[in-house]
Amino acid sequence: MNLKTQLKSALVATIPVMTGYLVLGFGFGVILATKGYGILWALGMSLFIYAGSMQFVAIDLITGGAGIITTALTTLMVNARHLFYGISMVEKYKSAGAKKPYLIFALTDETYSLLCAEQVTEENRRVFHTRSFLISLFDQIWWVTGSVIGSMAGAHLPFSTEGIDFALTALFVTVFVEQWLSTKRHLPALIGVGVSALCLVIFGADVFLIPSMILITVSLMLMRGREAADV
Amino acid sequence: MFDLNAFLIVLTASLVTAAIRFLPFLLFGERKTPAAITYLGRVLPYAIMGMLVVFCLKGVSVAAAPHGIPELVAIAVVVALHVWKRQTLVSIVGGTVCYMLLVQLVF
Repeated sequence: MNLKTQLKSALVATIPVMTGYLVLGFGFGVILATKGYGILWALGMSLFIYAGSMQFVAIDLITGGAGIITTALTTLMVNARHLFYGISMVEKYKSAGAKKPYLIFALTDETYSLLCAEQVTEENRRVFHTRSFLISLFDQIWWVTGSVIGSMAGAHLPFSTEGIDFALTALFVTVFVEQWLSTKRHLPALIGVGVSALCLVIFGADVFLIPSMILITVSLMLMRGREAADV
Repeated sequence: MFDLNAFLIVLTASLVTAAIRFLPFLLFGERKTPAAITYLGRVLPYAIMGMLVVFCLKGVSVAAAPHGIPELVAIAVVVALHVWKRQTLVSIVGGTVCYMLLVQLVF
């Protein structure tokens, strides 16, 4: 496959993420701007943090004047799930060479969801790495574009943006439903919702994510023998 | 004036996020991936997406008005739209617009 064909195919593959990222990035830029942080902040955060939900949380940290320790711990809790994306891409990203650092850096929820289903063989490994690189790059371009446009629109929007941050919830619900429709085994999804809801009630909103992750991992390992074959 | 604390927050969040993303690759790198890790990599996305939905709703109070009704309605709209059309854009925009209308005009 030549580069032009690969560019086109990668671009088409990112269209679902493009829609989500433009809307979400826009929402992020708008909120950031209304808190008094302009285009450079939006650009910097979307280039270097590049993690949707964490960037929304970071706005709260900034306006609340959080310290470095609080920020580091919060980032750990919000983004710990990325450990799992890495874990399942370790095999596929082997021998990616110079592309590998960016592939790892740009492995967001959505990029992961586009790439995790692709089959990698020894024959198509190089092509897959180029494709993954282009998809990762396009996704970040959509995210940066959305947040910059949102930042510019920020204070000048002719309508109220209250509630636009629901786009994030809508994205996760959409991916959840998409995953639900694509498999017959719903136990992992139910464990995710059930355990998290339980931990939220027990531990409270501020700290429930870490106990949730531990309990989810334990539950999934316990059902491994039974479900492994056909999940 | 340059907001140093905000800069430090962005820097810290960037470094910790990158560290989390790189850690599995530093641990398992180019070696053979353990079977348990491969298994977790396969089933976790389903569970984690459920966890993220709960994460987004953690600030919603069922006891106080409007009792999480806007969230419940908007999520129902997202699910219905996605089951019907399976178009990510339609589901996200539809649910978000519905939510914005509910919190701005109804509740």
